[in-house]
Amino acid sequence: MKASRSSEGLDPRLQVIPERLRGVSRIVVVCSGKGGVGKTLIASLSALIAARQGLAVGLLDLDFHGPSCRNVLGAFEAKPVEDRGLVPPVVAGVKLMSLDLFAGDAPLPLRGSDVTDATVELLSVTRWGRLDLLVVDAPPGTGDELLDAVKLLPRLEALVVTTPSKLALAVVARLVALLKDLRIPVLGVLENMSSGGSSSVEEAARAWGVSYLGWLPLDHLVEEALGDPEKLLRTSVARRLEDVLKRVGLIA
Amino acid sequence: MVHEWALAEAIVASAVKASGGRRIKLVKIILGELQNADPQVLEFALEELKRGTPMEEAQVQLEVQPAEFECGVCKSSWRLSDLSIGEGEREAIHFVPELVHAFVRCPSCGSPDFKVVKGRGVWIEGVEVE
Repeated sequence: MKASRSSEGLDPRLQVIPERLRGVSRIVVVCSGKGGVGKTLIASLSALIAARQGLAVGLLDLDFHGPSCRNVLGAFEAKPVEDRGLVPPVVAGVKLMSLDLFAGDAPLPLRGSDVTDATVELLSVTRWGRLDLLVVDAPPGTGDELLDAVKLLPRLEALVVTTPSKLALAVVARLVALLKDLRIPVLGVLENMSSGGSSSVEEAARAWGVSYLGWLPLDHLVEEALGDPEKLLRTSVARRLEDVLKRVGLIA
Repeated sequence: MVHEWALAEAIVASAVKASGGRRIKLVKIILGELQNADPQVLEFALEELKRGTPMEEAQVQLEVQPAEFECGVCKSSWRLSDLSIGEGEREAIHFVPELVHAFVRCPSCGSPDFKVVKGRGVWIEGVEVE
């Protein structure tokens, strides 16, 4: 009689995530220390700009408690399609996956382990296909969503967003330190909602040993353009962001 | 529901990895009631996907585990069958069971702060190899 071996309690989802991301060339998480610094706009707009350049682009909203990529893209009717998993809807050339495509505007109170479960589930069912770039919108800070992204997304790189405020900078310093400890390559620090390049952000970036990627203005036209990808792409923020994306090599 | 194919793919990949390449005799799978995976579709998908793998001749045991919830505020507990959930919501929960937190409140006190104690999703309880 042959020996029998048993392994107890396996999560089948974890095994399939690398398979689901096999066709994805680059994965960039857009993250910040504080909330309200423009992460979602920069993540969504980066995806739009890259798609407009002809790249195959995905956008994954991991900000489960405050998802808003859907709002930036105006993707209120978009729904994933079932086909041996979930195929994300394409909005303005961008494949979008987010829990609010299912939950709509309902609040989604999730505790830590639920956040991890939801992340694992989304990554294991979403069929991105071939992508040149997957942009991930993380919630602010260093909680479960970011840690799970780091753990589950292969070849992950980070784009860090901050405002020139001392408060934002103080907190983003911890984020950059954490990303370094986690050995996640940092493409650079982007100064947002700026009135013109603050030396403090540039100096901080230098002190942390990461690139300073320049600044984006606070543009009231952006607020009006939210939900309208074409209008967004015509803003001054989009033009400046396009230069930043070229500089870090995300687009040609 | 074609999502079962994604689950089946994940199950075969995990079981094969756990087997270390040895022939698998038995795979025990727990299906959480909350995720509402169709056991027949899943079995069919497993039959197709396990061909040519060390799981090819394995017996597959599927067991549906009833979903149970516990309120974090009033501590009362309830089952999925105590709730009425719409078709669209059921489908969303099928894909990501955590979406239950967007659609369900504690039947006793109305709190959204509850836990899924049992029967969440798909789980491999055990893999037996030769």
